[in-house]
Amino acid sequence: MRSYLPDYELKAPGSLAEALATLSAEPGAWTPLAGGTDLMVLFNAGKLQGRRFLDLSRVYELRGVQDEPSRLTLGALTTYTELLEQRAVHQFFPNLAASARATGALAIQNRGTLGGNIVNASPAADTPPSLLAYGAELELVSVRGSRWISYAAFHQGYKKMDLAPDELVARVRLPKPQGLTFHFYRKVGTRQAQAISKVCLAAFARIEDGAVAEFRVGLGSVAPVPARAPHAEAAVTGARLGALPIAAARQAILADITPIDDIRATAHYRNVVTANVLGQMLGDLEKVRA
Amino acid sequence: MAETITLTLTVNGVLRTVDTHPMARLLDVLREDMGLTGTKEGCGEGECGACTVLLDGRLVNSCLIPALQARDAVVVTVEGLADGDRLSPMQAAFLTHNAAQCGFCTPGMLMAAEDLLRRSPNPDREQVRAGLAGNLCRCTGYSKILDAVQAVARGEGGQP
Repeated sequence: MRSYLPDYELKAPGSLAEALATLSAEPGAWTPLAGGTDLMVLFNAGKLQGRRFLDLSRVYELRGVQDEPSRLTLGALTTYTELLEQRAVHQFFPNLAASARATGALAIQNRGTLGGNIVNASPAADTPPSLLAYGAELELVSVRGSRWISYAAFHQGYKKMDLAPDELVARVRLPKPQGLTFHFYRKVGTRQAQAISKVCLAAFARIEDGAVAEFRVGLGSVAPVPARAPHAEAAVTGARLGALPIAAARQAILADITPIDDIRATAHYRNVVTANVLGQMLGDLEKVRA
Repeated sequence: MAETITLTLTVNGVLRTVDTHPMARLLDVLREDMGLTGTKEGCGEGECGACTVLLDGRLVNSCLIPALQARDAVVVTVEGLADGDRLSPMQAAFLTHNAAQCGFCTPGMLMAAEDLLRRSPNPDREQVRAGLAGNLCRCTGYSKILDAVQAVARGEGGQP
């Protein structure tokens, strides 16, 4: 059943100060709306929680990209299409480019935003695994000020976040990897476009002197939140190329995930496929010539 | 109770003003307030592409755009493709290649195809498939649609 329009309120602040003041005056009363690619789906189905929405699309301070020598900072309103137009994204963060391409189809990529993908907090979202693998940080802003946190600590439970009712995600910051690096992104879904993932795995490794010096894995659709894989990461970090503990890592990652049965896949399928995709990724990593 | 807004936007080259709810969907503003019923509603959740239009030069699903986000925007719908009675090369190619069966996906397909050729004038088959990946044809007439788009890319649009 379609939502009844007069029940809803939508207003568009013209600046960050105005947006934050509105959120601060009535904490929790307003739900931020950016590209609308998630919220409007719920609205059309009559399932949208909340009645008052804050359209952030005119908040210019949340736009834009800062490309510095050691890091890339993306405004929360950066769309998937805008991500793909950034040279530094392709150069340093190919998993992020792959995940932007894997999100919906073009019309969704033109509207959906990085900040929206993060705050919508779907465990099946496509960009969070890449952000986790790259050690992203988030800037959260409110009238009380600004704070930076590790993205890995942001999701605290299903749709629960380290985000106060008066705060907005303003920017996403990624440290640029240096040296010999390895990137892997795989989304397992029913088709390439418009699919919601059954399993998603993004990995980043830095290789030094023939060994894995740094290794991070981000996972989607296999836990209540987009999650890192600390057991699998510990199994592989420090290992030498040519002697990666693939079987041990495949076993270890099962301790990192808590998949469920749903309409897209069973928990069993997700356990098997997560281990298989990790195995595929480590096989690719073995082939890197250090 | 939310108030209505006066929305001004350019649709197919004409400056239009309508009074609407800020959360009304652009799709409904186009179809119901402006009578531009070429744009279709399929799924209402951004999956099928039947409601595809160009908003400020970007391909979008109009069922996911609240009217307030279209304030002062420049919109092109399927009605904006033809020049009077003269079809655009893409529309003509869809006709000659029998690229429409029931026709419900056709307006969205045309918008995605026009957008693709603006961004990538000589796409190969895979690029055409990727460009139209967000548009579903439940008659499954994809081959003819791909043929039509590639014909236009080769300069074979023309009037039927």
